[in-house]
Amino acid sequence: MTKKSSDLSRRSLLKGTAAATAATAVAPSIFVPNATAAGAFRNDPGNSSTVTLGFNVPQTGAYADEGADELRAFKLAVKHLNGEGDGGMMQTMQPMNLKGNGILGKKVEFVTGDTQTKSDAARASAKRMIEKDGVIMFSGGSSSGVAIAVQSLAQEMGTVFMAGLTHSNDTTGKDRRRYGFRHFFNAHMSGASLAPVLEAEYGRDRQVYHLTADYTWGWSQQESIAKFTKSQAGWNTVADVRTPVGAGDFSQYITPILNSGADVLVLNHYGKDMVNSLTQAIQFGLRDKQVNGKDFQIVVPLFSRLMAQGAGENIKGILGSTAWNWKLSDAGSQAFTKAFGQEYGFPPSQAAHTCYCQTLLYADAVERAGTFNPEQVIRALEDHEFDGMGNGKTLYRGSDHQAFKDVLVVRGNQNPSSQFDLLEVQDIVPRDKVTYSEDTYPGDLGPYKV
Amino acid sequence: MKATPTNTSDMRMVLIFSVVVLLMPIWLQPFGAAYPDLMQKFAIFGLFAIGFNILFGQTGYLSFGHAAFIGVGSYATVWVFKGLTMNIFPAILFGTLVSGAFALAIGYVCLRRTGIYFSILTLALAQMSYNLAYSVLTPITNGETGLQLSLDDARVLDDPIKEGGGIPPTNLFGLELQAFDGLAGFYICAAFLILGFYIAMRITRSPFGSMLRGIKTNNNRMMYTGLNTRPYALAAFVISGMYAGLAGSLMAAVDPLAGAERMQWTASGEVVLMTILGGVGTLVGPVLGATVIKYFENIFSAIDKSVLADLYSFLPDGLADVFVTVTGLFVGKGWHLTLGLMFMLVVIFLPGGIMEGVERIRRRFSKQEESN
Repeated sequence: MTKKSSDLSRRSLLKGTAAATAATAVAPSIFVPNATAAGAFRNDPGNSSTVTLGFNVPQTGAYADEGADELRAFKLAVKHLNGEGDGGMMQTMQPMNLKGNGILGKKVEFVTGDTQTKSDAARASAKRMIEKDGVIMFSGGSSSGVAIAVQSLAQEMGTVFMAGLTHSNDTTGKDRRRYGFRHFFNAHMSGASLAPVLEAEYGRDRQVYHLTADYTWGWSQQESIAKFTKSQAGWNTVADVRTPVGAGDFSQYITPILNSGADVLVLNHYGKDMVNSLTQAIQFGLRDKQVNGKDFQIVVPLFSRLMAQGAGENIKGILGSTAWNWKLSDAGSQAFTKAFGQEYGFPPSQAAHTCYCQTLLYADAVERAGTFNPEQVIRALEDHEFDGMGNGKTLYRGSDHQAFKDVLVVRGNQNPSSQFDLLEVQDIVPRDKVTYSEDTYPGDLGPYKV
Repeated sequence: MKATPTNTSDMRMVLIFSVVVLLMPIWLQPFGAAYPDLMQKFAIFGLFAIGFNILFGQTGYLSFGHAAFIGVGSYATVWVFKGLTMNIFPAILFGTLVSGAFALAIGYVCLRRTGIYFSILTLALAQMSYNLAYSVLTPITNGETGLQLSLDDARVLDDPIKEGGGIPPTNLFGLELQAFDGLAGFYICAAFLILGFYIAMRITRSPFGSMLRGIKTNNNRMMYTGLNTRPYALAAFVISGMYAGLAGSLMAAVDPLAGAERMQWTASGEVVLMTILGGVGTLVGPVLGATVIKYFENIFSAIDKSVLADLYSFLPDGLADVFVTVTGLFVGKGWHLTLGLMFMLVVIFLPGGIMEGVERIRRRFSKQEESN
């Protein structure tokens, strides 16, 4: 190495530094600084004639069916907000401030993304929506793990997240966030509504075997079901076996149940996982067995019509809870089912219902706040009470952002009249039976201003 | 790079590389990719691929388990955020060192075999690590949900949070990574990428690098001359493990969350694709490959039917529908299909990756100049 070359490298290093400084100086100016000025907020639509919402749903993976239905509901909600179609629940919701001319007069547009039911991918997709597509609110999700991951992102970025299907207690419990809202019910409510029915149907003092999806939702649901069946009916947990999400084959988890002495199997599974585990449990002849002098029973605490469709015959007679069913006879449910049916030719699922409601509720809150500023929108949603959206009078509790409404206990239909008529409503458990105090699952919402 | 590289030409390469990387926020705009999250990914995965290339490109050992080091780096980093401080400097240092130590252990076991057996061993160990992180080690990794920060983390070195305050953002000695709309985070990643590129270049040009290439060319002959090659291979393995750990740490620094899925075998396979697509053994190739793959994953996957319909709106209705349906297969959910096709084309026609293409074009032009 000669002296000359080391001289050269020093000079080029200097050049490099100069270029770097120049780039740093130039680059920020091409981005609109959002969160800096007082009163300003990220992705303010300002004078634009449109406003963009982001719909982040699983399009691949174990929850893809739910994701596809969520997306249909979002598209329908956008149509109704823009004044196309018959308006759906906008005819029934109370109070109603939407005018059918978009949100605050701005036409609603949307972008979509694939969460792949993975936290990393979901956050990347949400970041793309916020940073590149400039969404003012995003929604969706079909896994609590994902919902919790993107909810904390929502808080960091200061963009409202209206959670779609997420059932874990943690979403509005220990992982609650100021910028996240959940309209869906949760595992605690499933437990509280199911336990009395289970006691009446299957009797006291049973031995329970849990198969549990190994992530926040599974853990949380297993805990709630075990807690409520214990205190209500004296059911005893024999074993709680964790299974990976998207396992596909559950036979290795089902064979040990036969000799475990359990007489009830609780499947804390959802989506395709539940379809597979239930089908296999029935193929293994569990339901034809007699254990401890009692008929063996299977319970699926969180039910959905899409899963029932996948499980076919096997779902018949099985008890579970659900947030909403298209056969409900109230005006809101009817209006939504009709609009959805006209658009797509089949009835909506509970995932579709919650996503549709969330979009309308957000839009309504913006109208009431009179601004897109998330701070004011959040305040408008907190402790907001509404009706006419399918589950009776509903309260968005301000202290944990959980919606409290009636919960359905359903049973797999023995004699379905159509391929969609798969669940019959056994019991509608009123809101005050499933309401719990806000410090049952302690957590911290965090600040309004980020 | 067939011509003997000189110090001058190397410095020129680093300089051009730096300028291109640092100006990303400007020249990526027409591609719709100039937003911080994606640019951070370009830099982070570029770094990951550079490190992977030190092992695969130089010694020829094909590791199918490199994502494990990303995961270890991420988890270690998030734990420092939770326990010590939100300053990324100690966190990244710790993350890189921990994955280095982890790489030493894995490399010590796996490097007893070569070729396909080495690949299978790394794959098996990485998949084991993934499953450990996913279920067995849930207290440390929080399983499928992923390790996240919370308000009541200890953070012993940081000032206590003000009443009503949120989780503090990650920072580098006070400079928040979110500052300037996330550009601060990008430039920190970019600085690491350039540094990593420079170090990789120095390694390639050093006697140690020649030794690594000797292992690739003919390991037996090296052994017959009385050299024990394993320490060299192990060193390369640990270095590339630390690069991966650094990438994982940066991932956690710009987005403080560590999930098990980034350790899955698909993630390990991805970096192999990146390196081959860009050009094995070249310096710039892996970064190019990483950029292309991440671009496809984030931009192509988001194109849907309505975007296509807009694009073809100048065509007559019937024809536009046909175009939308056909191209619709290759975007959105079908982005893997496009990537697969491109990968096949590159491997068949340009076995040396994108860099070989660049090289061929350059040679053609220089020939023309000569004939002129």
